[in-house]
Amino acid sequence: MRFGVVVFPGSNCEQDVVHAANHLGFETSYIWHGDTDLGHVDAVILPGGFSYGDYIRCGAVARFSPIMAEVVRFAERGGPVMGICNGFQILTEAHLLPGALLRNSGLKFICHGQPLRVERSACEWLDLPEGAVVDIPVNHNEGNYYCDAETLARLQAGGQIVLRYCEPDGSRAAAGNAPNGAVDDIAGICNERGNVFGLMPHPERAVDPLTGTTDGAPFFTAIAKRLAEVAG
Amino acid sequence: MRADLSPELAPRLAEELGLKPAEYEHVVEILGRTPTVTELYMYSLMWSEHCSYKHSRKALRMFPTEGPAVLQGPGENAGVISVGEGWAVAFKMESHNHPSAIEPYQGAATGVGGIIRDIFTMGARPIAILDSLRFGTLDKPRQRYLFEGAVAGIGGYGNCLGVPTVGGEVYFEDAYEGNCLINAMAIGLMREEDLMRAVAAGPGNLLVLIGSTTGRDGIGGASVLASQEFDEKAEEKRPSVQVGDPFTEKLLIEACLELLEGDLLVALGDLGAAGLTSSASEMASRGGVGLEIDVTLVPQREDAMRPFEIMVSESQERMLAVVTPELLGEVQDVCERWGLPATVIGQVTDTGRFVIREGDEVVGDMPAATLAHDAPIYDPVAERPAYLDELQAFDPLTELDHPDDAEMLTATLFDLLASANICSRRWIWEQYDHQVMQGTVVLPGSDAAVLRIGLPGRGEVTDRGIAASSDCNGRYVYLDPYVGAQIAVAEAARNVACSGGRPAAITDCLNFGSPEKPEVFWTFREAIRGMADACRAWEVPVISGNVSFYNESFGQPIYPTPTVGLVGILDDVSKHTTLAFKDAGDVVVLLGETAAELGGSEYLRVAFDTVAGAPPRVDLEHEAALREVLLTAIDEGLLRSAHDCAEGGLAVALAESCVAGGIGADVHLSPDDAGLPPVAALFAETQGRAVVTVAESGVDRLFEIALAHGVPFAVVGTVGGDSLRIEGCVDAEVGAMREVFEGALAAQVHPEETFASEELREG
Amino acid sequence: MARYEVYVTYKQGIFDPPGATAERALANLGYEGIESVKIGKYIQIEADADLATVHEMCERLLANPVIEDFRIVAEGEA
Repeated sequence: MRFGVVVFPGSNCEQDVVHAANHLGFETSYIWHGDTDLGHVDAVILPGGFSYGDYIRCGAVARFSPIMAEVVRFAERGGPVMGICNGFQILTEAHLLPGALLRNSGLKFICHGQPLRVERSACEWLDLPEGAVVDIPVNHNEGNYYCDAETLARLQAGGQIVLRYCEPDGSRAAAGNAPNGAVDDIAGICNERGNVFGLMPHPERAVDPLTGTTDGAPFFTAIAKRLAEVAG
Repeated sequence: MRADLSPELAPRLAEELGLKPAEYEHVVEILGRTPTVTELYMYSLMWSEHCSYKHSRKALRMFPTEGPAVLQGPGENAGVISVGEGWAVAFKMESHNHPSAIEPYQGAATGVGGIIRDIFTMGARPIAILDSLRFGTLDKPRQRYLFEGAVAGIGGYGNCLGVPTVGGEVYFEDAYEGNCLINAMAIGLMREEDLMRAVAAGPGNLLVLIGSTTGRDGIGGASVLASQEFDEKAEEKRPSVQVGDPFTEKLLIEACLELLEGDLLVALGDLGAAGLTSSASEMASRGGVGLEIDVTLVPQREDAMRPFEIMVSESQERMLAVVTPELLGEVQDVCERWGLPATVIGQVTDTGRFVIREGDEVVGDMPAATLAHDAPIYDPVAERPAYLDELQAFDPLTELDHPDDAEMLTATLFDLLASANICSRRWIWEQYDHQVMQGTVVLPGSDAAVLRIGLPGRGEVTDRGIAASSDCNGRYVYLDPYVGAQIAVAEAARNVACSGGRPAAITDCLNFGSPEKPEVFWTFREAIRGMADACRAWEVPVISGNVSFYNESFGQPIYPTPTVGLVGILDDVSKHTTLAFKDAGDVVVLLGETAAELGGSEYLRVAFDTVAGAPPRVDLEHEAALREVLLTAIDEGLLRSAHDCAEGGLAVALAESCVAGGIGADVHLSPDDAGLPPVAALFAETQGRAVVTVAESGVDRLFEIALAHGVPFAVVGTVGGDSLRIEGCVDAEVGAMREVFEGALAAQVHPEETFASEELREG
Repeated sequence: MARYEVYVTYKQGIFDPPGATAERALANLGYEGIESVKIGKYIQIEADADLATVHEMCERLLANPVIEDFRIVAEGEA
């Protein structure tokens, strides 16, 4: 099982993703944004950071990197694509996922541990039971997920909402739990097919027990497990 | 040679640029003629206090700078120590006070940018940032603006780079109202053999400018700004503040580290204060060579820039590399891959002269070493400030009426927990990415940050670690510079030891008023003497640092603030300790003894609005012994928690450990402390103490260790319950303490009603 | 060479936190009767390109049609 981690100018979590995957026993390779070939990888991760300095809009420039055409093709073939934080922003800019990520409602960068509720979704790459609560750090300035009412209804109906911000016990407060103002407390979504997954929290920061919780591990292991099942 | 200054006009320009008449005469003597405009600008900046340390250099010689672990002491872009197994860390702290007082976001952001460049210039990958901040009190809107802006700027820059901001400290005192302090410290990691020095060598080698284009921004910025006191004209200085571009800096880090790893460079230097002038002349003087630069080759972002503007521009995110002609192509390829221009602007010569050309015409021709080394060294007059006797004679215990009933003492504890100088810094650190790079083992909020040594993203993970802390209570230094400065080192060392790190070396940022005022200079010299004595006694050398003078506004100096950034080493990073109480039944032990020392305490300021008295004493031997006890006990796995007693004393230390652990404690004062007035037992800021917890089975062993090192100890209580109860003095629910402690800073920054995002949406 | 000015603003109904904050701050400063404050981006383009091409630039990169509207003002020769 090999994860390919795309490096854009300004990415800064690619090494963390590689460390997390290696820590869990997976192989990894870096993929340069200027390349036009993904190489032999089983899953593609767009890591966090500030691609192109977040100038213009987060992810707006990175989506035009040469490698993105390959990522789109890989996704169309059903390959697993996970966008973390800036990677999620890039996926929305590239229209691989609906909606957009706006500036945090509190106008401040936020970095802290965050309880997340796993929803029942079409996402193929998460095998946690519905209602499970994971504690994974968020770290962003533009994580305020937005989509119009029609899109939201479609996401809800199609099981495309994968993760929601929640209370530590998994419940949802009446006033909302999103630390960033996200609509419907959305922390992560997938596409209709369930193979492209974007999330604001950083599962790679919750893998190595020395530096945090280990709640992020399933976000990597589930992909491997599923691929192994498919391969039969 | 372009003679563009008449002998009559030259001295007038020199004066305007801040050169004293004798300094100007010295320039003429060096050159043997009237200087050109370009030369005059270059000398005036290189001989400014900021670049030349002309007032401080002699006093700084008191510092011990050598030790078995030191690979690079002061004099380079950053100091470097070995941390074992072939790994080394580079670190340095630097001020960006004056730019930040004008434009807090950009001032703080470019401060981070500058110190980060100092680190990767040495060949080290930046792995951590700590920030030491000082502002006026938060009841003033301007101070809130400065504080909020500086925090946002540090975050905006550091977060984008992907370098975690893991620690630091902040104090709010009236003394900093007109002159805030922004001191940024950066730590970098490298293999020992990759240590790089900014030494130009090899005549015929090329000077390559990498990174951003050069504009008029910040011309004379850092140097002139940092060398002038603040007055009403501050607003007018706005244009000379630079704007940071963290994205370009991130590319520079990656490109430069790739160049160094590929062994493609002869030397590398960053462009900071005084820009190209400083970077080039320092590299030349270290290598004993000459340089030639053609300013027309420098990529410019503005039209009609004059040679002197190009030479002193402080445009950010630029590096100067020395490259052999054969490797130029490879260097440019790497830079191009990262989207960075890399332009040849000149070459190394064997003449020892620094020649500046504009095309064919020579506009400057100076002996290169004289810029960096021939600045005059002053021996300023020092005089003990008259205010000290009166301040130190104040006896807080007898001259004030102190509370002694439990209700009042509990209320006072809550007041202290809500004090801006004590309350949780969560509001700050949650705006910083403090986890990126997967090295942060102990997150902000404990005594010191603990980082794993290794570059996990490259599969290089070790069991070793470092602990880092920055500290300085300027109030103590104001009340007694010698003792106060020792406390700064002692506290940083204690914080690191409480976390499991053995203090290895320090960097410093010495923030003072005008050295030309005898009373200020006396405090400066005494503070250095204090730090130097402590560092020597503890074998903790000073490996890098920065002096920031002229921190005054309207003639009033700030509290003397020699900020200490200390790095310690953990042989096994899994053996670290935090301040949080862990399990019910753990035994609370006080190491060290409390004395009736209330001078300079936060209690005095909060309860009586008083800053007076003698600060707590420091016993150098006892401090070292206390650290040995902590380190031995942590190494043996005995300690469940460890927290040093600092501002707010024992009561605040206990409260912080309770809040962090989400569990209470039952405490009775030790027999010795029981003889003290309750306020002293609870709130005295006596040095050399730590509150630790051990499992009951570990108490005897801890006592053996303490006895062996001659450190007084006392069992003072047990962890458990929902409240902190200190017999006869305090009864405080942990939940209530948390609410006050965690919420105080946000409440003071946003004193108006805070509103939820839902409300904003409707509004 | 032609010169264009582009104004990028949030679509109606999209929450604009900086705008809302500025609105509050102005009210706190004592300005009455403020209906709304919106904060957007202003972009200057000098290019050898016609209006249709600039429109395309906006749609593809400079604005995100999911959340933003844009308005182009052609300023004539630069």
